[in-house]
Amino acid sequence: MADTLLMGAVAYDPKVVTIWEGFVRWFAARGLPFDYVLYSNYERQVEALLAGHVHAAWNSPLAWVEADRAARARGRVARAVCMRDTDRDLTSVVLVRADSSFEAVADLRGKRVAVGASDSPQATLIPLGHLRAAGLEPGRDVEVLRHDVLVGKHGDHVGGERDAAKALLEGRADAACVIDGNHLAFSRDGTLPPGSTRVLAQTGRYDHCNMTVLEGVEPALVARFVDLLLSMRYDDPEVRPLLDLEGLKQWLPGRTSGYALLEEAVDGLGLDLTIG
Amino acid sequence: MSHVDLGDLGLDRGGHLLIKQALSTVPVGGVVQVIGRHPALPVHLPAWCRAQGHEVVEVGPGGGRVRRGAAEVGRWAGAERAGGPAPDGLVARAPATWGLAARGALVEAGGPTFDYPLDRREQVWADDAPRLYTQAAAAQWDPATAIPWDAAVDLPAEVEAAVTQVMTYLIENEVAALQVPARFLAKVHPHFREVLQVLAVQVADEARHIEVFTRRALLRGPALGLSTVGGQASLKTLVDEPDFALASFLLSVMGEGTFVSLLKFIADHAPDPVTAAVARLSGQDEARHVAFGLAHLRREVDHDPALRGRLAAAVERRHSALQHTAGLNAEVHDALVLLAAGAWTPEAIGRGHDRVVALVGEMDQGRRHRLKMLGFTEGEAAALSSLHTRNFM
Ligand SMILES: [Fe+2]
Ligand SMILES: [Fe+2]
Repeated sequence: MADTLLMGAVAYDPKVVTIWEGFVRWFAARGLPFDYVLYSNYERQVEALLAGHVHAAWNSPLAWVEADRAARARGRVARAVCMRDTDRDLTSVVLVRADSSFEAVADLRGKRVAVGASDSPQATLIPLGHLRAAGLEPGRDVEVLRHDVLVGKHGDHVGGERDAAKALLEGRADAACVIDGNHLAFSRDGTLPPGSTRVLAQTGRYDHCNMTVLEGVEPALVARFVDLLLSMRYDDPEVRPLLDLEGLKQWLPGRTSGYALLEEAVDGLGLDLTIG
Repeated sequence: MSHVDLGDLGLDRGGHLLIKQALSTVPVGGVVQVIGRHPALPVHLPAWCRAQGHEVVEVGPGGGRVRRGAAEVGRWAGAERAGGPAPDGLVARAPATWGLAARGALVEAGGPTFDYPLDRREQVWADDAPRLYTQAAAAQWDPATAIPWDAAVDLPAEVEAAVTQVMTYLIENEVAALQVPARFLAKVHPHFREVLQVLAVQVADEARHIEVFTRRALLRGPALGLSTVGGQASLKTLVDEPDFALASFLLSVMGEGTFVSLLKFIADHAPDPVTAAVARLSGQDEARHVAFGLAHLRREVDHDPALRGRLAAAVERRHSALQHTAGLNAEVHDALVLLAAGAWTPEAIGRGHDRVVALVGEMDQGRRHRLKMLGFTEGEAAALSSLHTRNFM
């Protein structure tokens, strides 16, 4: 099994098994022995990556920051080798009710802001970072209403964001933070009736998940893995259902230029990202 | 550059339909200008494009420019038309991956594989199937209004008991006639849509027959008649037959064909108008069931003449399986005599007996005729007809 590429993923939903079982078969048919290990939370996964239990980790953006910082602290190097097309250039939005009088983020001073899970980059950390940058210190200048669905899974579960949106709609919060795509999705599925909310603010662009690898893993094995990921085509009927489940049309080369907003947010909010 | 104006419509209320349509007019890699006044457009446009695999070249208040991605084209690469919608679009063997798709639909590649053992045209198809389905759908009757339930039915107790016994016998036969096509219904590939429709209406017909025979049986008294070992043994050999061709031969050509004669006999000699009506209306339905069975078996026998040998063997096998049973039980036979007699007198009973003897002869003639339509010789037809279960179905 020494030549098997072992990847870690977090089990935030049962579909994760379907996805990676499908990829195991797809990789095997192309001559790459591949297997996966599921973790219940990203911190456990990053620990395992650092300990060399897995060659690669399918990391949330926060897990990437944790892995990158932990690697640096140990004199090691983390790389983002691959990501989904849907992981690039996301934004989050601060929503208010359409009939409210808020016109700028500053108007939220003294108000209550609904967010997702406490470790969700898209629904909590980056939006709160955005409020800080606008001069509102979370917990001091605005009250934060958290919706901790599956902490440790970094907001991968949509439930926290949906709860935040409902809190806004039902008047339990004055504003809510969600990712741009979920504002559209919630508006379309009726969670937020069209016209009931408006976008008060939009964060800058950031990137989401990446496939993280530490130095020291056989480069040819990593290259083979990445080449195969990049070669997956949406017109391949065998792999298309898996891409649909994982939410991408195409794998793209990894990049680390899209995590600055998150780093700024976690530093500003004083999060302890120490691993191990 | 191609452009689309959403006006006030947002992507939260269907605006993506206009964008999709506009993108479909440019090649992959082509750019469409999207303009609109919805305040969330600058947020929703990139989010929608990201999820759809399109690239946002530029976005701002009032819209943006979108470069068409390849995903949509990729999804339909390798898609296949599931034949054509009309019967001339049938294929010889329907692929398992077409599954439940409408005949003629464009089927995305990579779908699930269904298990439809009856997937060959020669196994199930009849050119008459579309016509028979249309006819069957048009000929559906409402048991509540088509039968004169309120007509005076005042028979001698013995004759009423005979009618009840005949109805009791008919009901168990109808249940078999319902379950046999129902068993095969889910095994026929949906590509042969008209065959599914014919079989489905056939099942519904039998459900109605069960209803009206039950209602007639209980019209004058609370109890049903007798169910015999011989009758059920005969029907079990039919219900257990796993092969579609053999089952439809035994059921439709031999059994339901014989029942057409029986129901006509009951309608002609019924001692009351309710019995006459339930038999007449059911008999009309049965004629269609026979027609479909004959039509698809004729086609299959033409394609595979060896099938005739298997059909004959099925009759012989069933005969030997049943030779130690009593055949048509005395209760049903005597009940038919009494039903046709209509009165409890020596003259009437003698007349009823003669009519039943004539009926058995007509049933035999009918079976021989249908067997010859399947290409059996005169001699083969006579021999096979004589081996048919004495239980009629
Ligand atoms: Fe029937
Ligand atoms: Fe029938």
